[in-house]
Amino acid sequence: MGEGASAAAIIDETGLQALLDALRARGFSLLGPTLRDGAIVYDEIDGVADLPRGCGDEQDGGHYRVTPRGDDALFGYAVGPQSWKRFLHPPVLRLWRARREGDDMRVETDPETSEKYAFIGARSCELHAIAIQDRVLIGGEHVDPHYRARREGVFVVALNCGVAGGACFCASMNTGPKATFGYDLALTELIGDGRHEFLVEIGTEAGGGLLGALPHRGASASEIAAAQAVVEHTAATMGREMQPDVAALLARNLEHPRWDEVATRCLACTNCTMVCPTCFCTSVEDTSDLEGRESARARRWDSCFTLDFSYIHGGSVRSSAKSRYRQWMTHKLSTWHDQFGTTGCVGCGRCIVWCPVAIDITEEARAIAESEAKGGER
Amino acid sequence: MADYDPMIPRVARVRKTRREIADVATLEIDAGDFSFAPGQFDMLTVFGVGEAAISVSGDPADPSRLVHTIRAVGAVSRALVDLHVGAPIGLRGPFGRGWPMQEARGRDVIVVAGGLGLAPLRPALYRLFAERENYGRVILLYGARSPQDILYRDELEQWRGRLDAEVEATVDHARGEWRGNVGVVTGLVARAAFDARNALAMLCGPEIMMRFVADALGDRGVAPERIYLSMERNMKCAIGWCGHCQFGPVFICRDGPVFSYARLRGLLATKEL
Repeated sequence: MGEGASAAAIIDETGLQALLDALRARGFSLLGPTLRDGAIVYDEIDGVADLPRGCGDEQDGGHYRVTPRGDDALFGYAVGPQSWKRFLHPPVLRLWRARREGDDMRVETDPETSEKYAFIGARSCELHAIAIQDRVLIGGEHVDPHYRARREGVFVVALNCGVAGGACFCASMNTGPKATFGYDLALTELIGDGRHEFLVEIGTEAGGGLLGALPHRGASASEIAAAQAVVEHTAATMGREMQPDVAALLARNLEHPRWDEVATRCLACTNCTMVCPTCFCTSVEDTSDLEGRESARARRWDSCFTLDFSYIHGGSVRSSAKSRYRQWMTHKLSTWHDQFGTTGCVGCGRCIVWCPVAIDITEEARAIAESEAKGGER
Repeated sequence: MADYDPMIPRVARVRKTRREIADVATLEIDAGDFSFAPGQFDMLTVFGVGEAAISVSGDPADPSRLVHTIRAVGAVSRALVDLHVGAPIGLRGPFGRGWPMQEARGRDVIVVAGGLGLAPLRPALYRLFAERENYGRVILLYGARSPQDILYRDELEQWRGRLDAEVEATVDHARGEWRGNVGVVTGLVARAAFDARNALAMLCGPEIMMRFVADALGDRGVAPERIYLSMERNMKCAIGWCGHCQFGPVFICRDGPVFSYARLRGLLATKEL
């Protein structure tokens, strides 16, 4: 997918519905934000009516509430607990089945999915997260055919964020709030003063072709400026901020006393890894029927917060909660650079919001940086 | 049509089994011609039980015989050890970067093994002895818990009989019959005769043993860049996808399992990394 957009267009709600209809007509399954169980979740949607109209949110450490905005905004909230990871790198995936036939053992695989997804309302941080998982699962020597099959067919309608969540820090990670790559079309919601429209930017030829078939008009200079003002306001109201040079900061502080301190709060519950859009770790699980004629292996999300994760005969390498929290945070912000050449954190803030005890990755980094600045505890 | 998937095992068969010592068996697997480099490992599946990472322990010059030596320490390794001749076995591999055989040429080579750590080193030893003229002194130092825990005893005695190699074994504790060395393998390092400035070492065994041996070699003047260690961690994929084998910045599966001590020293010094 290409860089940014050259021309911009304006569509209204009717145009947005036409966009969704056109994607469906082209064989895409529509996945987008919808309100369920008091949270914004990504799920199958049929049309504009399924979007969380008028919903905003409150987000903070260990705190999430969907709140009424008092307007008709369709994308007036920050990211919810799920990311697109669950569709590209599913929580459970059967890898193969084996069947004993006489003396023979046959290993069979399920075909890769042929379903094509359209992601509606993917945020800039999430596009960065997808690019990061691309590097892990299809960017190296080995290519995960399941991930690739899901990934290659995706049509992305990005959404430039109109509000910053209380735990968002993409501005300090340079991962948002405006989508700069990885989309076919990008929307900015323009709402207020009696208007409700979307500025549309084209990221790919496919996106441009689709837009051309919709009722739209060219955007005026003032509309383009208004959309720019939306993301600038979002960038200026980020709830959190990451320390600069955090990769080197953590690498030289592996024995910092702050790890002991955070370990007294961390429950090692794995929530942060489950909601993280880049966490890719998995385990495998073998099952068999009672006779031992058929067996199967499934891959499922795993977490570096479990004891099993690092178990080798004799015990777990990381038996303390301190070492497991340190592994997660240093991997995300520091060793990920060594391994894959990018950060593993996109500043979405989910790990902060969904931590039951409100541990804040930006606060942990700040505590270590400040103790260094004071010339103390190293 | 499914694309190539490195997570799918091929089905091979157990051709021979051999009990080595208590809880340890060697499986020879019929996998056609199977090329590998000394120090690489495979992922072996017992169908319906699970998969485990096991180093190849046979001779790389004989690709028709794929050999693994396995200690029963968990459900999967127990099931592997108990496999019978003719049993189907799932095979993925070979994976990882092995011993620096090229770099070892022309140098004194010190091989230090602890316990079952001799198995991943055996492919390198086969080549060292078969191509003896390519290397300077060849020294094998082996430590086991007790005389009953000495792996590949026949081969060790055969190698010990060579006039062009120094082979020493030691045990942590022994009763009666044992007339050899008693004590940790580190002690043998201090006594071995080699040219430290032109030496290369290959270490495999418990992490604590490798650290002490690496430091003892360092004390003798061997550069940390030329001390190599084979690391072990939990592994579920062997190709850098599952995340389990991370050791700070490295994946043991993808970047190792063999690393130089220069690369690992700082990481090994950090507890529970």
